[in-house]
Amino acid sequence: MIREFGSVDVIYLIASARWTVLLALTAMVGGGLLGVIVAVLRVAPFKPFNWLAIGYINLIQGTPLLGQLFVFFFGLPLIGLSVDAWTAAALSLSIYASAFFGEIWRGSLQSVSQRQWEAGAALGLTYSQRLGHVVLPQAIRISIAPTVGFLVQLVKNTSLTALIGFVELTRASQIISGATFAPLPVYLTAAAIYFVICFSLSQLARMLERRLHVAR
Amino acid sequence: MSLVELSDISKRFGAVEVLKGISLTLEKGEIVAVIGRSGSGKSTMLRCINGLEKVQSGRIVVDGIDVTAPGADLNLLRQRAGMVFQSYNLFPHLSVERNVMLALRLVRKLDTAAAREVAREVVAKVGLADKLLAYPDELSGGQQQRVAIARSLAMQPTLMLFDEITSALDPELVGEVLRVLEGVAREGMTMMLVTHEMNFAKNVADRVIFMHEGRIHEDGPARETLIEPRTAELRSFLSAVLH
Repeated sequence: MIREFGSVDVIYLIASARWTVLLALTAMVGGGLLGVIVAVLRVAPFKPFNWLAIGYINLIQGTPLLGQLFVFFFGLPLIGLSVDAWTAAALSLSIYASAFFGEIWRGSLQSVSQRQWEAGAALGLTYSQRLGHVVLPQAIRISIAPTVGFLVQLVKNTSLTALIGFVELTRASQIISGATFAPLPVYLTAAAIYFVICFSLSQLARMLERRLHVAR
Repeated sequence: MSLVELSDISKRFGAVEVLKGISLTLEKGEIVAVIGRSGSGKSTMLRCINGLEKVQSGRIVVDGIDVTAPGADLNLLRQRAGMVFQSYNLFPHLSVERNVMLALRLVRKLDTAAAREVAREVVAKVGLADKLLAYPDELSGGQQQRVAIARSLAMQPTLMLFDEITSALDPELVGEVLRVLEGVAREGMTMMLVTHEMNFAKNVADRVIFMHEGRIHEDGPARETLIEPRTAELRSFLSAVLH
């Protein structure tokens, strides 16, 4: 029986958006931790590490996220590891994010002028003091905008996990749309929810940038 | 013993030999201006003295520290040999006060209150007491360079190296920085400056070193050397800068 699209459905969509947010947060933390490792390997003074990192980054950035999702969801069971949709989604989005975070953060670090390192050195600061007190604070400010920019992409990309049956905002919309046969209002509502999440993120970034004197 | 001793140092960047056997000594309290065409190796020599560049051969001893020895304590050396750069290199994310305080806290291990006191003192000395809380991008080039000098002085070095510190400044801002330098000179600081300010070299420096193609070409008392150069190279250089 087909029913009307109503406020109950809107509440259901908002509630399922928590999985979108949770998945994005998980990928942010997991991808962030992995991303630091990628960035360090990428600049470490040992060539094989650099090659490894570059290969990893190219592989992840050069293949579709959907393909990576399928590899984890359908591929892992083939080698005897059963994964549920959440695990596969969290794992592949984390890996996906790490390749981008790694590059963003490496670029931010390297965009701090060599002269800043020298100025720190000339004052007698040790290497780790130069890194921690001079270079990193500047690199972090530089990285805020591209990091949040990527997070916005990440939030939207969580919608792909609908294809392995993970019930987040997009999958929930498909379900409601099927039940009410009113795809336009359903998907418009979903789009509005995505917009609120992403817009809040970019506002947060602007606030952070202002507070941290990014121009400086 | 001299404060700075360079013995036959050579420095190459790839195939280019920038310093070809430089020897010189610098006594405590001496003010030496290093002049020469760009590419003559003046800045490189200065950067070798505080270990920012490694030499291929020769020996550098600064205030008893052998800079060229493997495992030399470069961070200790740099506390004794302060350096100010052409491009100021203030830390853009820190206020003037905190630019000066950073190394005082981390390197000299002063507590925040003591570091702040030293910072106020040296910043006042370069005439910027009203800019303590300003950020570098709120200052003119001349003001930034004065803060950079203050930041270096705050560490109480025994020697100050100045690498073309007025070359990036608008002409009308050069004077204020040179006046600060004169103040530092009057206090008896040992100074080595790479400079294009010939009048400053003549009036403030005790000694002038003219570098040419990676070698010390002339080395003598500032006034006489600049007024009556002994070599044709220095004569032609001086006529080119003074046109």
